Amino acid sequence: MSSQLAKVPETNDKEKRDISRRYLFAKIGLILNGLAVTVLTVPVVGYLLSPIVRGENGRYKSWVSLGELDEFPEGQTRLAKYKNPVSSPWDGDTDHIPCWVRRIQGERFQVFAINCAHLGCPVRWFAQSGLFMCPCHGGVYYRDGSRASGPPPRGLFEYAYKVENGKLLIKAGQIPTLSTTARLQQGKTECQG
Amino acid sequence: MSRLSNIGSWFSERLQIGPAIRATAAHEVPRKSASWWYVFGSAALTVFVLQIVTGVMLAIIYVPSAAEAWNSLQYLNHGVTLGWFLRGVHGWGSNFMVALVLIHMCQVILFGAYKFPRELTWIIGVFLLLLTLGMAFTGQVLRFDQDAYWGLGIGVAIVGRVPLMGAFLVHMLLGGPIIAGDTLSRFFAIHVFVIPGILIGLVSLHLLLVLKLGINDWPMPGRVVRRSTYIKEYHEMTRTDGVPFVPEAVWKDIFFSAAIIVSVMICAAFLGPFGPSGFPDPTIIQTVPKPDFFFRWLYAMLALLPPEMETPVLLIAPVVVIGFLILLPFLSGEGEKSWKRRPITVVTLLLTAVALGTFTELANYSPWSPVMDGWSGDPVPVEYLQGRSPLERQGALVFQVKQCRNCHSLRGSGGKRGPALDRIATSLTHDQLVRQVIQGGGNMPAYGKNLNPAEVTALVSFLETLHPSNQPAARDAAQAVVTQQEAAGAAAKNH
Repeated sequence: MSSQLAKVPETNDKEKRDISRRYLFAKIGLILNGLAVTVLTVPVVGYLLSPIVRGENGRYKSWVSLGELDEFPEGQTRLAKYKNPVSSPWDGDTDHIPCWVRRIQGERFQVFAINCAHLGCPVRWFAQSGLFMCPCHGGVYYRDGSRASGPPPRGLFEYAYKVENGKLLIKAGQIPTLSTTARLQQGKTECQG
Repeated sequence: MSRLSNIGSWFSERLQIGPAIRATAAHEVPRKSASWWYVFGSAALTVFVLQIVTGVMLAIIYVPSAAEAWNSLQYLNHGVTLGWFLRGVHGWGSNFMVALVLIHMCQVILFGAYKFPRELTWIIGVFLLLLTLGMAFTGQVLRFDQDAYWGLGIGVAIVGRVPLMGAFLVHMLLGGPIIAGDTLSRFFAIHVFVIPGILIGLVSLHLLLVLKLGINDWPMPGRVVRRSTYIKEYHEMTRTDGVPFVPEAVWKDIFFSAAIIVSVMICAAFLGPFGPSGFPDPTIIQTVPKPDFFFRWLYAMLALLPPEMETPVLLIAPVVVIGFLILLPFLSGEGEKSWKRRPITVVTLLLTAVALGTFTELANYSPWSPVMDGWSGDPVPVEYLQGRSPLERQGALVFQVKQCRNCHSLRGSGGKRGPALDRIATSLTHDQLVRQVIQGGGNMPAYGKNLNPAEVTALVSFLETLHPSNQPAARDAAQAVVTQQEAAGAAAKNH
């Protein structure tokens, strides 16, 4: 019984070679498959590149409000929060982004990204010593965001800002890193995010 | 009996894999290779299966959404019957798996098992290691807590250092402009579908190669591998001095695998699951992110490397190390297998292990990080204030309030970023202390702008009291002479 099941009828090699129509169809079939796969690659690659395409021409960035000017007393540095302009309902709280606002005088501000320029950990402001300190690898910055000590290769990332109708607005939208910052702006510390 | 064997033969007639299984089980392995040293690979495979099973269990409940993942983990920990235990087994299983893969790799290096003809087995093994580490990192991300969030930030910051492609890679990794919903779902897909799929394929290939080429023979000093003769010699060895894999060798694999699974379960039962730590809300910045155990060495290296070395090391070193591992069997594909005749290999392996171990240990208490609440949490020791002048006590207050304590310790408490200051007066004179405070330097920020002259005077007079009673404070030699002469002059005048 086992031998009966095991036996698979052998194909006739001679027949395969002689009948060219089957051979032709097999070839055409292969070519069609190849074409189909090639065509399918386009939407797949496009789909995968969506994070890039969506962000082209700075579309990730827009002006967001940090609140009334009165919330930021002159000469002080305060933590502000904004909702990222690009977000989705399933982001939870992750699209609530903090930043440090330093009001120098009048309408002169500095708005720093929360992310340490070293490896992105959240820096904390110490008003008494006038320093930002990073809890991860010990990066320290002065009140103007310039690097004081530790491993950061540069000062804190800075947002572009403007004052409109008594509100402080910043150009925000993407996480600042050494390359997502350096690409678009000219200033040493401006933040693309 | 006959009914059972009928059922058995019904399947075997259709599947026809009985002979192949019997042949595999009975294949001869060199007698000395049926050893306790050869159990790590099979144990890693066992833990991998354990990970698949527990992973599927967790996926039944887990919600891969940035908004819900953390809550679903809390539900797994507290709401689902024995959910905490399965999370524990999966978490500890991942630690065990990384450890076993590393031990297996060390054993393969020490026993020269990567040499001819097992080069491809080794190269696949290198990729299995990388994929295992990939699973460990992506798994840490799926535990979507504060550590995961800021760990992703660190990953993004590293990727952002790649020249030209940096921004592209950052957005591809995150699936968007920031760490958010799209980030978690793509890490979920990678952790649950992509890497496990590749792992299953490569593990099968790895095993197939072990069967096809035979398990490595026990290395003997003087038994040299040559491409021309090795395969013949190996077959001769298994023929004359071989034992069937089942049962002569397999019982050790079975025994060790069982011990490992029991250990994983004991760890899970007594030490529990990992986290989740704080809720992944980036506006909660009172956090000290740390990576999981197996990436601590990297965390330490990133703190200790000189800044200008960091980007080259981060971007070039992995390519060099992985390239070297892949090329290893081609660089030394022949020759001695025994560790007794390969001192450079042994020393390299030991140095690597010691270096990684040291970095990991350093990362456990991270002396390079400021202690963020050192200034408010650790009081100045009472004996440093007793019998001091009001100015010196005021200096102690400045010392605390200006967060000096975040980086400098007194009596062992406080930061370790800068030197401990218990004996600072013995090494720095008054003028040097003033200069150091105002100008900083040597990795200390300059405090000139943040201290007024009165505060500097008070602070330095406090620092000058920090020396043991039997060891005087350091003095400027020229200043000392002037002071002596003044004292002598005053004494003469008094006469």
